[in-house]
Amino acid sequence: MTDATSQNSVAGNERRTSSLYTLDARTRRRNAAETRFKIYGMTAVGIGLVFLVILLVTIVRNGIPAFTQTSFDMPVVLEAEALDPNGNRDPADISKVSTFGYNPLIEQALERLVAEHGIETEMSGADLRKMVSSGAAAQIRNTVLANPDLIGETVTFRVLASSRVDGYMKGRVTRDDLARDKNLDAEHLNIVDVLSEEGGLERAFNWAFITGSDASESRPEQAGIGVSMLGSLFMMLVVLLLALPIGVAASIYLEEFAPKNRWTDLIEVNISNLAAVPSIVFGILGLAVFIQLVGLPQSAPLVGGLVLTLMTLPTIIISTRASLKAVPPSIRDAALGVGASKTQAVFHHVLPLAMPGILTGTIIGLAQALGETAPLLLIGMVGFIASNYPDGITAGFLSPNSAMPAQIYEWAKRADPAYYERAWGGIIVLLLFLMTMNIIAILLRRRFERRW
Amino acid sequence: MPVLWIVLIILALAVVGYIMGRQRALASAGGDSRKLHSLPSYYGSSVAIFTVVFSLLVLVCWLIIQPIVINNSVASTIPDTAIPEASSLGLVMSDVRRVANGLDLAVAGGAIPANEVSEISTEDTDLRGLLASVGVALGSDVSEPVLDAAQSYRNLSKTGNILMTVVVLAIAVGGFIFAFLRSHKDFRARNVVETSIRYLLILAASIAILTTIGIVLSLIFNTIDFFTLYPASDFFFGTTWSPSFGGGSQLGIIPLLWGTMYISIIALAVAVPIGLFAAVYLSEYASPKMRSFAKPLIEVLAGIPTIVYGLFALLTVGPLLLQVFGPNGTGWMGAASSVMTAGLVMGIMLIPFVSSLSDDIINAVPQAMRDGALGLGATKSETVKQVVLPAALPGIVGAILLAASRAIGETMIVVLGAGAAARLSLNPFEAMTTVTAKIVSQLTGDADFSSPEALVAFSLGMTLFVITLALNVLALYIVRKYREQYE
Amino acid sequence: MNMTEMPTTAQNVKNMPQNTKISARDVQVYYGENHAIKDVNVEIEDRTVTAFIGPSGCGKSTFLRCLNRMNDTIDVCRVEGTIALDGEDIYDKKVDPVQLRAKVGMVFQKPNPFPKSIYDNIAYGPRIHGLAKNKAELDEIVEKSLRRGAIWDEVKDRLQAPGTGLSGGQQQRLCIARAVATEPEVLLMDEPCSALDPIATDQVEDLIDELRNQYSVVIVTHSMQQAARVSQKTAFFHLGNLVEYGETDQIFTNPKDPRTESYISGRIG
Repeated sequence: MTDATSQNSVAGNERRTSSLYTLDARTRRRNAAETRFKIYGMTAVGIGLVFLVILLVTIVRNGIPAFTQTSFDMPVVLEAEALDPNGNRDPADISKVSTFGYNPLIEQALERLVAEHGIETEMSGADLRKMVSSGAAAQIRNTVLANPDLIGETVTFRVLASSRVDGYMKGRVTRDDLARDKNLDAEHLNIVDVLSEEGGLERAFNWAFITGSDASESRPEQAGIGVSMLGSLFMMLVVLLLALPIGVAASIYLEEFAPKNRWTDLIEVNISNLAAVPSIVFGILGLAVFIQLVGLPQSAPLVGGLVLTLMTLPTIIISTRASLKAVPPSIRDAALGVGASKTQAVFHHVLPLAMPGILTGTIIGLAQALGETAPLLLIGMVGFIASNYPDGITAGFLSPNSAMPAQIYEWAKRADPAYYERAWGGIIVLLLFLMTMNIIAILLRRRFERRW
Repeated sequence: MPVLWIVLIILALAVVGYIMGRQRALASAGGDSRKLHSLPSYYGSSVAIFTVVFSLLVLVCWLIIQPIVINNSVASTIPDTAIPEASSLGLVMSDVRRVANGLDLAVAGGAIPANEVSEISTEDTDLRGLLASVGVALGSDVSEPVLDAAQSYRNLSKTGNILMTVVVLAIAVGGFIFAFLRSHKDFRARNVVETSIRYLLILAASIAILTTIGIVLSLIFNTIDFFTLYPASDFFFGTTWSPSFGGGSQLGIIPLLWGTMYISIIALAVAVPIGLFAAVYLSEYASPKMRSFAKPLIEVLAGIPTIVYGLFALLTVGPLLLQVFGPNGTGWMGAASSVMTAGLVMGIMLIPFVSSLSDDIINAVPQAMRDGALGLGATKSETVKQVVLPAALPGIVGAILLAASRAIGETMIVVLGAGAAARLSLNPFEAMTTVTAKIVSQLTGDADFSSPEALVAFSLGMTLFVITLALNVLALYIVRKYREQYE
Repeated sequence: MNMTEMPTTAQNVKNMPQNTKISARDVQVYYGENHAIKDVNVEIEDRTVTAFIGPSGCGKSTFLRCLNRMNDTIDVCRVEGTIALDGEDIYDKKVDPVQLRAKVGMVFQKPNPFPKSIYDNIAYGPRIHGLAKNKAELDEIVEKSLRRGAIWDEVKDRLQAPGTGLSGGQQQRLCIARAVATEPEVLLMDEPCSALDPIATDQVEDLIDELRNQYSVVIVTHSMQQAARVSQKTAFFHLGNLVEYGETDQIFTNPKDPRTESYISGRIG
């Protein structure tokens, strides 16, 4: 080999005859750079995954407590003198007793409960009542109003504990925090400790959080996401009913019929730009057009749905066009070949074949709309306490309501940390919905995936 | 008649029309559908289409235009003397609408008998209390001109509604009869139906354009209104943002723009390196198994609603940063909300955005290019750094611009994580605010929509729209050019 | 050459003929389940143009890509057997494919200039392998390589122009010049003329003939005429087997295997 090499001097450069088995310094250096680069890449992927895990762990850890709630089980003596002074069981008279009239009953019940468990305390009944939700009186009153016959009897009520007591049970509130708290003393917590050990105080699954309505700032223990869930549902109905047909129609036109001209070019550029317009701008549009100009009611799910429809349309159009494009031209040719009109070919053959893809895109668009918050802030779906279920379908669309993400935002803004727990819990509910929708979309895609 | 009823009547008419049109056509062919020009269902459909489409179009237009027309004609009757100091025609008109609406509610709720409404006067009735009892809160007592205007507003609305019902139903019936009479065996029903469908499709496609026009017009008109109340130069070049609803606001956009830019830059500083490296690793190094596992997981980050990130910033990242950089740490940070808080969280949100866009773009670089470099003895990282990335550069720049536009337009994270104070500061641990956050705060208060403090939100929106639009157009242009290069 | 460093797996190639550059023994290539190359044994000589011919899908390109381990970039591809370059097994664990590819350059079917200037295209290999001490030396290498690629006269006035702006034939000669610039010992060419018109093909073929003076050139080609024109040795592949290997003249005039004869006479293809 050596003589072969020496014959072959290339413009002064000797052919390098180093063995392949020895790595030269340069290659070693380059390989080190290679390894480093690879590690950067792995780190980046790792960071992304770690963020995801942190995010999910944070949500679950902070949100799970919202699904349980502490309550007192206590027998309340419904004294006839206090509740029905006239003694005639007339509902009109009973309803004259306001919730304040029920407070003494709760206080007595608490005193008895404490005494029963052999706890000695110098606190008055009014002090003890701080352990119970301020909504308890209304709860008892509503029961009495519904059943006036109960008056005079002793009924065991399950009343919500106050958010502080609840927080203590969940470990959110510690004894150290109490130093700064006017509403609860260490003595309260001693009682709570005893009661939770011996019964009388129980932490149970919190259906009211899932089905209930929002509550005022001072009663976080009562707040639930149910009504705003309904608000979201009505909005999604509007989005589905409008965005799906309009989106599909627009896509069919652009993909199958549109001539190549300035106008269609304009529409195409428009759609891709609309897809990237910040969502808050759609909120401004909703406010200016639907509320100020057309005069639709503020905070109505209908308006929210309209805004979200406009926001989702580009997404749906883009995915629908992709699935229409995926249907091979041979299908159209076959239909046209047997004498179908273009419209018939599209509606009878292309559209059904593209349907799974269209539905997948629509579900993903809906999921996006369901989680959107910013535009809802501007059309008044925040700051509003959704305390009642809508009366009917029309009211569902038109009467003021909130939506899940808006409700979460509202809770996040309130000062009481008990509401933060609700906000995280609300996020779990929201994410469960989104996850379900995405899984349906994935299954749909898997099930109907076609390879041409 | 309520709108819902009108719609239901039209739809019922359409169903009847479908059946009758179909039968008439069949009858004209002696019951033999083979003698018809089109399938029988097309004859039915053509009647239904003629009944529904035009009447509904008119109905929608009417519903949009009527309030505007009435508003203008009532506004012109209000004398200048009725407009108090420090108020405007717009404010008075919103009072008028509220009073009119309250009176309607009062009648519906039975608070006033229907026949007495027109005789109500401001002297002998406590209108404010009456309206409050039906849930309409007014800022002040109702003055006589306002009540008059409200009455004429109600009258005009009533007439308008009756007129609308008549006209719309007439159009529906007219369309029905016209199409029904045409249902004959030689009538080319299919062509007519297909042409109508075509126009409906065009209409649907034009909604995208209408949306843009709607956005632009609602921004422009309100921005012009704002600039008549507040000088444009002060808005664009003012360095102080201190709105006060009592008047004397300083509404300079510079501090907001600065906050927006600062947060976006931090977000991009987080998202671009991580997203880009992740994309490179996943597309060039990762085994197919790893790729199919990690890619969807990272993209989950993109599917999480922004409100979740906002909460994460407010309740987790903010307090965490405060522990490290706050008074008990380095002392750079005063409160949990800061530019850094919002920027970091927004960066996390943008990672999948950057990585999946870059992934697409890196994959679009032809394999031949990689082979060329590898065949020369380049290592994989050299190939990526010196050949693939430079080749993909325009596309990646486009992707980053799109991500930047996302960051600038992001609302929830900054509303919850960045703070509310408008500041021109270099300290990233200080609370600052952004254009989007201020749009929200200016439009969600109880502010009246015609005050400069509320109208400024539209100018902010306009600025935001123009910036993001420019970025998007530029990015899409670059990406498209880039794709053409390798097609 | 230090023979003691040679591993035992390569012992059997120690006694190869003086002129052998690459020696393949019992090479098997699998693409996942698919057995793409079966039992290939071949000795490729230095300073010779060796042509691989055969019908599409016969494995000639696959085998070519084994010679500088380009198949490593394909996940499912697995190579067995020994391929030795100057007696050293290139699939040995100690061998860095990067160093190998510096010695065994490759030119691809489609011209694939980098989206950089002509100068940077050529300078890329020398830069990564550190062949030039300074700018002047690099300039020298670029000029020399472009001359050897027979394209210097056409591009010398626009070295900073993008390489993608050249015509197809020019691009392919640029790619050959780029491969030559790293001072390889073997030059692999995977159908280098299939994307070119006849005139450009002619220029590239002339170039290959000149390259023979300094390199061992292995060319995969579809065209038998091209194989006959440019090569001294020809290997005929069929269904993953090396059917026949010998002097080009002999293969084309007097093939030993009936399959080769059928292919050359156009009956299979």
